[in-house]
Amino acid sequence: MSGDSAASAPGRSGARPGRPVGRTAGARLRNLFEGGLLEGGVQGSPVIRLFLRWVRRPLLPVMRLWRRNIQLRVVATTLVMSLGVVLLLGFVVIGQVRNGLLDAKVKASQSQATGGFAVAKQKADEAASGAGTGAAAGAGTADGTATVDGRQSQNVIQWMSDLVESLSSGGAGAFDVVTLPVGDDSGGGRSPRGSGNVNPTSSVPADLRERVNNGMTAAQSYTQIVYSNDKDPQPALVIGKQVNDPNGRPYELYYLFPLTQEEKSLSLVKGTLATAGLFVVVLLGAIAWLVVRQVVTPVRMAAGIAERLSAGRLQERMKVTGEDDIARLGEAFNKMAQNLQVKIQQLEDLSRMQRRFVSDVSHELRTPLTTVRMAADVIHEAREDFDPVTARSAELLADQLDRFESLLADLLEISRFDAGAAALEAEPIDLREVVRRVVSGAEPLAERKGTHLRVIGDQQPVVAEADARRVERVLRNLVVNAVEHGEGRDVVVKLAAAGGAVAVAVRDYGVGLKPGEATRVFSRFWRADPARARTTGGTGLGLSIALEDARLHGGWLQAWGEPGGGSQFRLTLPRTADEPLRGSPIPLEPKDSRRNRGLDEAGLPGGGEEKRATVPVQQGGVQAPALPPRAPIAPRSVTADPAALPGNGNGARVVPRPTGGTQRTDDKPVTPPAPEAGATRPDAAQAEDSTEPGEAFRGR
Amino acid sequence: MMSFMKGRVLVVDDDTALAEMLGIVLRGEGFEPSFVADGDKALAAFRETKPDLVLLDLMLPGRDGIEVCRLIRAESGVPIVMLTAKSDTVDVVVGLESGADDYIVKPFKPKELVARIRARLRRSEEPAPEQLTIGDLVIDVAGHSVKRDGQSIALTPLEFDLLVALARKPWQVFTREVLLEQVWGYRHAADTRLVNVHVQRLRSKVEKDPERPEIVVTVRGVGYKAGPS
Repeated sequence: MSGDSAASAPGRSGARPGRPVGRTAGARLRNLFEGGLLEGGVQGSPVIRLFLRWVRRPLLPVMRLWRRNIQLRVVATTLVMSLGVVLLLGFVVIGQVRNGLLDAKVKASQSQATGGFAVAKQKADEAASGAGTGAAAGAGTADGTATVDGRQSQNVIQWMSDLVESLSSGGAGAFDVVTLPVGDDSGGGRSPRGSGNVNPTSSVPADLRERVNNGMTAAQSYTQIVYSNDKDPQPALVIGKQVNDPNGRPYELYYLFPLTQEEKSLSLVKGTLATAGLFVVVLLGAIAWLVVRQVVTPVRMAAGIAERLSAGRLQERMKVTGEDDIARLGEAFNKMAQNLQVKIQQLEDLSRMQRRFVSDVSHELRTPLTTVRMAADVIHEAREDFDPVTARSAELLADQLDRFESLLADLLEISRFDAGAAALEAEPIDLREVVRRVVSGAEPLAERKGTHLRVIGDQQPVVAEADARRVERVLRNLVVNAVEHGEGRDVVVKLAAAGGAVAVAVRDYGVGLKPGEATRVFSRFWRADPARARTTGGTGLGLSIALEDARLHGGWLQAWGEPGGGSQFRLTLPRTADEPLRGSPIPLEPKDSRRNRGLDEAGLPGGGEEKRATVPVQQGGVQAPALPPRAPIAPRSVTADPAALPGNGNGARVVPRPTGGTQRTDDKPVTPPAPEAGATRPDAAQAEDSTEPGEAFRGR
Repeated sequence: MMSFMKGRVLVVDDDTALAEMLGIVLRGEGFEPSFVADGDKALAAFRETKPDLVLLDLMLPGRDGIEVCRLIRAESGVPIVMLTAKSDTVDVVVGLESGADDYIVKPFKPKELVARIRARLRRSEEPAPEQLTIGDLVIDVAGHSVKRDGQSIALTPLEFDLLVALARKPWQVFTREVLLEQVWGYRHAADTRLVNVHVQRLRSKVEKDPERPEIVVTVRGVGYKAGPS
């Protein structure tokens, strides 16, 4: 129940016009819901909807701003896109710079290392030849006393240390040299050595060592130099090669070139690029903002002025400067406003002329008609003195003058509506009062027809801002029509108020309406049955005027009917005059309609029948009932005439004539079954909502 | 007060046929009609014939009905019934505001017209001596006078009737329909604007501050009642 009522609250269902009001709940549940609630609820699990709403709520202002502010959108898009472009550019440029820097470094390093390897080889060769000939001429680099292994090793250790020292000293800190033994062979002076505090083992990556060991050529890789003292590790290029020591044993010689300089250059480039990129992005954003502002400001101005124009200030114009597109927009706008003003002026003049004309015609016609009327009455009064023919003529004269008068009055009323001269004098009125007056006024006619007039739903005040005179005219029309077409059966006037709306429905159980007629009844001079039209009087304009009266209130006047099952006319008015209607407290199709009863009797509570559809565009319109998915009764042809009286105020729907066996005797209209006799008495507790017609409906 | 409660009726209408027909009907009902067809001459005719009631067509050559109505009202409280072809809001309200007591829309039935005239003349019957108070006003019903602190306030007969109706039952809230029935003599619901306009006119005469009425109090959504004494 809560979900349903929440959905019916103003502003919710109205936000999603056109969404069907499908009620999956069965007929029983539906009956429960329809207590006094508006129609027009929204389908769906309330829990999910609530959750979605809860999630979306904090985002709503942002989303709203995003949707509404084109400047924000353009600036944000520009920022995002320029940021992307700058990032892309930055990456490309930085990549190029890095490649350039490294290429140079690698080339230099390679030549340096190649030289170094050559020197190492040369030195080893020299040392080997020196040792081989027994001459101790190894100029300080190798001790010439290498006779036994131990001594030789001693010599090699010294030789290696000297080698590392001499190789690295040539670089003056531009590189470091590391020697490593091949594999685990650390004997013979080939234990790891490194110049400049380089940690030899951890500075050379393992895969490079593998490559060096596997081939005789030089291999290179990037690495981090790890220092044995506290110095931070730094990136470096390492080039290694397997070289033989003076004993012909291989060892690994590595040149490590620190990339500090390159790193510095690169980070400088990066910093520069980032700063430039940031500036570019911010500036682009600012430029976008400025540019968009140039376009948006006049557009906003135009929007503001258009709003003021539509609010009726027709003299509003845009300021036009220059000759650019914006100026052209302004000029076109102003031209449009000018034309609009002229046209509206013309229409106003026309309307004034029309009103004037109607007023004049009214006066000119009415004055002689008054004289005729009085003369006819005087003659009519004296008809007893006449011969029968003249007396009858006097009667006819008086009668037809009555008709002529009401026709004239209705025509003038309609033309007042057409001229837009009808004014609403709304004040808070209690519709029960109006209904009471109307019912007591229709009582004599109802007695003549043998009809019993019942009013339900009048326990609580039904107050709305309305023009009592017009509402009374509408209701009088509806009630008199119901009595005249009710074939002596009961006429029920039902009142209800809910949400921002009040409604009065007049239900009869007479001949009803054929499919398509529910929209046509409001047409001017339309008569249900031409054959019997003239006997029931009326001008044929009553419902048209009633419809106009409802429209003037911003309300709806709608009709429903089924052939032989009677009809229901429902007037829905907003509770306050300027509030748009979103639904009606009374369903248009009464619960005791043959269709509803048919369903209920078939015992299909969950028939899934779409009872109603939300009124599509705020106002009436023809509502076509959806076909039940598995109708227990014969398929119906759904006919609705959407072209009839488009849009405003009136909506009507038609219950199609059931085909096949369910069609009951049209010549002898059905008396509704009475399962709960007495429960529907007006004085009963739940009388407002008589779901089942009771004994009270039985022909009286 | 007058010859038998039938009375002299001044018909101000430029349509000779209608005027003649009105004459036939009025004479048939025992009134003494006199006629004037021109708005400019209406006031002179009024002064000359001293009618008990004026039937005034709103559309007249010369001065229009509204103006004539205002002029007559300026010098007399005699009941004025407008004949109008326009039931539009503005015309009727303007007519009522210019001082007409009642209006009847063409085309009307003779009986309707006569009933309306009778209702306006009915009050000419001698009322019983009666003293009423409403707010700080003292009403002498028989003497047809309303006084505040000894100062008499001039009211038209209709306004006087309206005030007396309210003052007689100060505990009761009168709906516009009830007032229409009691004061104007309508048996069926009629135009409640009659009540609204005349309450405004009455207030403008008897209230100290018509914006904040203390004598004739509005009961919102219902009608009017007499202010506390």
